[in-house]
Amino acid sequence: MNVETIFFYLLGAVFVGSALMMVTRRNPVIAALYLILNFFCLAGIYLTLHAQFIAVIQILVYAGAIMVLFVFVIMLLNLSDERRLSEAISFKKIVAGGLSVALLLELLYIFVYRKTDLPTLNAERSIEIGTVESIGRHLFTKFLFPFEVTSILLLAAIVGAVVLAKRRLD
Amino acid sequence: METLVADIWRSTPLVLLTLVGLIALLVEGSGKGRAAAVYWISLVGTIASFVLSFLSLNTEEAAFNDMILQGGYAAFFGMIFTASAFGTLILSRSYLRRLHTERGEFYVLIVFAAIGMMLMASAIDLIILFLGIEVMSICLYVLVGFLRTKLTANESALKYFLLGAFTTGFLLYGIALIYGTVGSTSFRAISAAFPAVSNQPLFLLGAAMLVIAFSFKVAAVPFHMWAPDVYEGAPTPITAFMSTGTKAAAFAAFVGVFLGAFQIAGSKLSEVIALAAAASMIIGNVVAISQSNLKRMLAYSSIAHAGYMLSGISAANREGETGILFYLATYTLMNLGAFGVLSWVEQKDDTKLTFDDYAGFSAQQPFLAALLSIFLFSLAGIPPFAGFFGKYYVFLAAVKADLTWLAIIGVLTSVVSVYYYLRLVMMMYFQPGGATVEEPPAQMAFIAVTCAAILVVLFGIYPSLIVDLTKEFLNI
Amino acid sequence: MATEIVLISLLKILVVVLTILTCVVFLVYIERRVSAFVQNRVGPNRTGPYGLLQTVADVVKLLMKEDIVPRNAYKAIHDLAPIISIGVALSTFAVIPIGDTIELFGRQIKLIIADVNVGILYILAITSLGVYGITLAGWSSNNKYSLLGGLRSSAQLISYELSMGLSIVGVLMVSGTLQLDKIVQHQTTYLFGWLPAWNMFLQPIGFITFVTAAFAETNRLPFDLPEAEPELVGGYHTEYTGLKFGLFFLAEYANMITASAVITTLFLGGWHLPYVEYVGLSSFILSLVYVGTFCVKVAAVMMFFIIIRWTLPRFRYDQLMNLGWKLMLPITIINVLLTGIVLLILH
Repeated sequence: MNVETIFFYLLGAVFVGSALMMVTRRNPVIAALYLILNFFCLAGIYLTLHAQFIAVIQILVYAGAIMVLFVFVIMLLNLSDERRLSEAISFKKIVAGGLSVALLLELLYIFVYRKTDLPTLNAERSIEIGTVESIGRHLFTKFLFPFEVTSILLLAAIVGAVVLAKRRLD
Repeated sequence: METLVADIWRSTPLVLLTLVGLIALLVEGSGKGRAAAVYWISLVGTIASFVLSFLSLNTEEAAFNDMILQGGYAAFFGMIFTASAFGTLILSRSYLRRLHTERGEFYVLIVFAAIGMMLMASAIDLIILFLGIEVMSICLYVLVGFLRTKLTANESALKYFLLGAFTTGFLLYGIALIYGTVGSTSFRAISAAFPAVSNQPLFLLGAAMLVIAFSFKVAAVPFHMWAPDVYEGAPTPITAFMSTGTKAAAFAAFVGVFLGAFQIAGSKLSEVIALAAAASMIIGNVVAISQSNLKRMLAYSSIAHAGYMLSGISAANREGETGILFYLATYTLMNLGAFGVLSWVEQKDDTKLTFDDYAGFSAQQPFLAALLSIFLFSLAGIPPFAGFFGKYYVFLAAVKADLTWLAIIGVLTSVVSVYYYLRLVMMMYFQPGGATVEEPPAQMAFIAVTCAAILVVLFGIYPSLIVDLTKEFLNI
Repeated sequence: MATEIVLISLLKILVVVLTILTCVVFLVYIERRVSAFVQNRVGPNRTGPYGLLQTVADVVKLLMKEDIVPRNAYKAIHDLAPIISIGVALSTFAVIPIGDTIELFGRQIKLIIADVNVGILYILAITSLGVYGITLAGWSSNNKYSLLGGLRSSAQLISYELSMGLSIVGVLMVSGTLQLDKIVQHQTTYLFGWLPAWNMFLQPIGFITFVTAAFAETNRLPFDLPEAEPELVGGYHTEYTGLKFGLFFLAEYANMITASAVITTLFLGGWHLPYVEYVGLSSFILSLVYVGTFCVKVAAVMMFFIIIRWTLPRFRYDQLMNLGWKLMLPITIINVLLTGIVLLILH
């Protein structure tokens, strides 16, 4: 077991743990904090995969910008602890839970016993891929079109947000 | 650089519409009271894009490093989307002016949504497919909730948004799993790897996630629950847009992935889709009978129509694909027309949307009643209207693919559907009452709806007009 | 070999952190003396020679004070917030080159803790996290003034982070790398044969916007709305006492040092002293000169920070937002565009 593997399992454990905590916490701010921790672990996992750029962007964009906004809004709305929903266990919930467990088992089965199905990528190439230079080159050559389309997507989203949120529409 | 310029020339319908959208946005931002200018710019843009799509029907070329396929299939759908956007723009104008909420952004968002749809139809890479779906969906979330002071609009926008975001999760997870097994997001690579990976559990899981996501977007059972509420709460022209353009776009993507990238004929995936089709036809048609609100009735009817078209996908043969294309083209015309008439009768406060409100409509507005009847007959699939041939083609495809049971369900449920479509016709012609329109429809909207009715009849008599177009580029 | 690298890195971290902490003590003293000078007062002059030990005494006082946590505060977060603040403030320094290489005990040692490939992005990422310390402190105190301070802080940081990031883009385009020591290397050349190719001259607009954004990110006047005393008592740290208050205080000044170091590195040529390479010093002396140059430059920028603080009034909240979104952001975007055009013409 090398250092990377140890790090991977360590980060993975915290990752899953923080995700579970995030879902189960009643206080929205605490839940958001666990989500931030979760993002950090994800960034760490990216680092173990030599994806430096994605790792930093994960922190910069998700932990540093989006979650700040989330926390800001939660505080602004002054949400208190969520009260327990009085909904009893219903047929729907049982089915949903059963399906989720089935999906989990299925994925576990695949990743534990059918690993050979998956395409492999050698580590040296992954170091090359993860750098800023390589991502930049791909983004502006092969993936130029999706890149541009993303800007349209963001523009549409901004226009939409302004239309819905602006106080006076005159 | 040269290839980039060439790629841009190749995708003129898409690029032009994008430019028009951006220009319209700039015009809107340049000062107050520019809504009319934005409207005309958008209108001209959709017409130009329609013409360019039509002209590029016979060529089919990949562009932008195999990200999109232009011409042919994409051009055919481009024509449907731009026509749908055109109709929606025209209907919106009078609708918004009546409510005194005319805003240029409304038209811009319709144009952007159309761009998203065109991306969905032309995508040959899962990334573009995803981006297209998002561009379209985000515009629609806003358009649905555009009437901010109306509670039902807020409710439906929120429902649509939350469920849509959830669906995006499924879509992305599916794409990730497929990428995990194939190692590429390009349709070409997936298609090449399909025989090898099609029985791997991971790939099937990914494909199943995609089925869920697309089923939501086309409003097929069991992911249809949002449709009636959203259709009811949205501004009527947007309901028309969603039931035509959005549905066509979702089907374009569905067909592109499941018949283009995958070869699902006779596989488990085909069975799953067949089940969804059967469930949609049965539930859509049966529940539609009990609806009193016409928008909800048409929502359930659109679920049923999604079921008919899904049987074409599950058949996974050439007839099926032709059938879906024909179906979507004609369905767009008849649904736009039906919603158009509905939006003229509808009152400002969301009343006059029930069957009873149409009693005696033919006496007051004989021409409009006749138009609406044409659309309803066509939706019911009664010859000689275009709707009949749509159903004929997809059921024929199902029979050819040994899915006779599906075709039988389709025919039986179509018979059920006749009940609720003709109930409205009965109301208009044989019930006494004084139903009429709120105010006479704007001239352009009136002409557009009339043209749609003429085309519905024309394509019903000469279905080969569309079928011949599709023969050029379909090669299943 | 591996242990050696770890040891050297630990040593570097120790030196840098201790230096910063010591600097903070004197920085506070200098700030008080300068403010006194600006306001025509005397300032601290009793403790030690010229009052030099005043801050040391303050630190001792803070250490001995009782730590009070309000009854309705969220204890865990209340404790966590100052730690986040100081951790973020210190860890930014990891990628800043404080000199070229130095030869010690027969080894070439790079005077940078972590020479990562994505240096600038690392700085942006870490500084974007600083807001959590303040916001959480405000929220967990369960006090309306604190909460307002925290809210203002997060809104302010979000608004100015964009301009900050975009101001750097120009520098990136000019130097073509994200690695900070390469950016400094790039600034060791000369324009027209005599003008040092500092990014300050190559990117004047970017320089001004970056410095402005840096003021906002460090919550210094005229952007100190999160702790505006006349309105919010103490802002986010109203409910903090003793050591935890001390940590916030420390973080604020550490942030200032870091911001100055980043400005120096990105725009003022980093550790490079123009023309010194023509003098013909031995490499060891040259290394020391470079480190000295870096310190002097950082000190000068900090002096600028201090003088600005005592000469400009505080912005109003709407002015702050208008400046951030309607002025800074368009200017930085135009700067990126202009830089691109110029580069296109030159190549």
